[in-house]
Amino acid sequence: MLMLVNNLTYRYNAGTPMESVALKDVNIQINKGEFIGLIGHTGSGKSTLVQHLNGLLKPVEGAVYFNGEDISDPDFDLKSLRFKVGLVFQYPEHQLFEADVFSDVCFGPKNMGLSKKEVELRAFTALKQVGIEDEYFYQSPFDLSGGQKRRVAIAGVLAMKPEVLVLDEPTAGLDPRGRDDLLNMLKSVQEETGCTIVLVSHSMEDVARYADRIIVMNKGEVAFDDTPQEVFKHRDELKSIGLGVPDITETMYKLKEAGFKVSTDVLTVEEAVEDFIRGNRC
Amino acid sequence: MEIVKSEKLSFEYIRRDEEGNVEGITRALDDVSLSVKEGEFVAILGHNGSGKSTFAKHINALLFPTEGVIHVAGMDTNDYGNIWPIRETAGMVFQNPDNQIIGQVVEEDVGFGPENMGVPTKEIWERVEESLRAVNMYAYRKASPNRLSGGQKQRVSIAGVLAMHPKCIVLDEPTAMLDPNGRKDVIRAIRALNDVEKITVILITHYMNEVVNADRVFVMDKGKVCMEGTPKEIFSKVEDLKNLRLDVPQVTEFAHALRKKGIPIPEGILTNAELIEALKNVNVGK
Amino acid sequence: MLRDITLGQYYPVDSVIHRLDPRVKLLGTLLFLVSLFINDNFIGILVAMGFLVMAIELSRVPFKFMVKGMKAIAVLLMFSVVLNLFLTKGTVIFSFWKISITKEGVYTAVFMAVRLSFLIIGSSLMTLTTTPNNLTDGLEKGLGFMKYIKVPVHEIAMMISIALRFIPILMDETDKIMKAQMARGADFESKKLIQRAKSLIPLLVPLFVSAFRRANDLATAMEARCYRGGEGRTKMKPLHYQTRDYLAYVIIIAYFVLIIMAKRFF
Repeated sequence: MLMLVNNLTYRYNAGTPMESVALKDVNIQINKGEFIGLIGHTGSGKSTLVQHLNGLLKPVEGAVYFNGEDISDPDFDLKSLRFKVGLVFQYPEHQLFEADVFSDVCFGPKNMGLSKKEVELRAFTALKQVGIEDEYFYQSPFDLSGGQKRRVAIAGVLAMKPEVLVLDEPTAGLDPRGRDDLLNMLKSVQEETGCTIVLVSHSMEDVARYADRIIVMNKGEVAFDDTPQEVFKHRDELKSIGLGVPDITETMYKLKEAGFKVSTDVLTVEEAVEDFIRGNRC
Repeated sequence: MEIVKSEKLSFEYIRRDEEGNVEGITRALDDVSLSVKEGEFVAILGHNGSGKSTFAKHINALLFPTEGVIHVAGMDTNDYGNIWPIRETAGMVFQNPDNQIIGQVVEEDVGFGPENMGVPTKEIWERVEESLRAVNMYAYRKASPNRLSGGQKQRVSIAGVLAMHPKCIVLDEPTAMLDPNGRKDVIRAIRALNDVEKITVILITHYMNEVVNADRVFVMDKGKVCMEGTPKEIFSKVEDLKNLRLDVPQVTEFAHALRKKGIPIPEGILTNAELIEALKNVNVGK
Repeated sequence: MLRDITLGQYYPVDSVIHRLDPRVKLLGTLLFLVSLFINDNFIGILVAMGFLVMAIELSRVPFKFMVKGMKAIAVLLMFSVVLNLFLTKGTVIFSFWKISITKEGVYTAVFMAVRLSFLIIGSSLMTLTTTPNNLTDGLEKGLGFMKYIKVPVHEIAMMISIALRFIPILMDETDKIMKAQMARGADFESKKLIQRAKSLIPLLVPLFVSAFRRANDLATAMEARCYRGGEGRTKMKPLHYQTRDYLAYVIIIAYFVLIIMAKRFF
């Protein structure tokens, strides 16, 4: 177990009449090498949770443990936690600031106090991992296309070699191919480096395809925490909290209701086709 | 009657380096000829950089053709005197909900367009009320835009355009920055514009499930219109769409795959209901 | 964080003062401020206090709320009071070690304290009872005559009102960029001045880029909605004087005359 979130509660504007609970008694375990999908609609508390994971917000009630150490402990090095749990915010391209792509990616590792050689090596590796070609290294990041900017920004976090990589809606605003490319890239980074990925997303389809575990947040609480197959069995509950199941899973539910012999725990179109052919002998 | 008609429309912009020397010319639109009839709901699909937003800005006379012409309600955008009548005829909603709301109170923002057009005060209030009601945001008329969700802000923007009483509304990826619930509300509001208010809608998007209800779909790639037809016709070409970096609704992809496996259902199935209907017709699994 | 500042905030209740034409409130505030500085005796202070108390009562804004806004400048207030108290020369009334307090010192210190606190309460009363929009409308129309001497009054008012609309957005954005850079190990809490200045670059560059992008987007959106300057524009909420506004003008002028008389005759 890499991380443990224990009975975490967080209130905004605590002690004032405007107090609102953003997280309510959240308990989560994060294991090494997992690909976790974190789902919930706007205001469900997922952004607040994510900021607790790397210490940007400090636990007030409850605790967060990293490698068995309490991050609220005065001896705990919060700054190093930020390097171990890399956080990619929504629209990360908005944080680019350096004159060229390469220097921007160097920013993180440089803050870690590494040697110049190590910094550059890491920046180079990270840019390669996200698929940015050498020809762009010394261009201004502001001259790149939207998709490329986003990759550079993600490389800026990857270069810190985090053990956990948390991404808040990394595909927002991308077109379908851009979205697929980015998610495939993340998958391969995970396979290459063995890091844990927490993907915050609105898209059931994306999460179903890539995650091996899904955490659903609703009104500051963990509503479900299980494998995609298990979570998507709760179709009605998911709908009642304003979410739902992936479109193809919904199709299978509808087919089943119409009397076809299909199972409803499929997550991708390929699985659905196989299942349909098998069940209906054609 | 045609509300938008472009003929051999091309648009080039010149890229310059820091000293102002020409680095290259990009042809963002290449020989685009298309027309939209009054009252239609038209969708323009394309990946990022396909030229769809550049085309949208031509409809509103925010950009002008390098070659060719575009007429909006019969007015040539190249004619300088037509600019304001064109912008009154064809309203525009943009992608970023924050960067197009001018007023500090919802109702004042909706009134901004009519104010610019010189509409009398009493009529502005009537227009603001009916527009906010049309997008179901009347309850928020006194609210500050900063307190609204993304979907609510986009509906305020739509009301802001609606209050100008345009014949046509162009929406440039209005849902790209929204969450699924906000997206649903905005799409519902857009459909109501077309169904109830009878306004011509040109919806630019890369979300496939938003175009299912359109009358016609244009697909753009590299500045050209490369496909045109009803949603059914367009979504029949699953492979072509994938080659264009677009995808199709999962149910369509599923039906397409079943068809390839030899189940004789038609191409271009867009909804679960259609799929069930088609499967029942061919007596599969019964 | 940055949003806790109450000075310049709007307090949404319905009162006579809230409903007054912003031009009346602008002139009233201006004359009140001028009156504080021409006034030099206690009768004048009493008149000013009476005027202020009446305005506060009518505005229905809790006095407590106003005082909260004053906390920010309490230090400044104390500083000027102490400075005046000890550094004014004149008849000594109390002396201890090297410090001596003079009659004139006490007099100016009290005056300074009263002036400053009245000044702040008076001007915050205006912002508390007037929406920013209303205020810019008032400025635009009240100063409208200046367009004949080539002052772009409409444009200035539009700029102020857009700036007010975007301040909260840019504040949020600052917060977000700051967090994003902290996640990359940026240190905004360094004690060393040069370090600190340097650490602002990763914050300021993205912030400026974003502000320009927003400005660009907004300009396009305004053009698309037929904005072409103040010419030929109508108003959704035009300003018209009501009876109460004329009455308020009379009261304000009467107050000002009283202050001048107080200066003359006492």
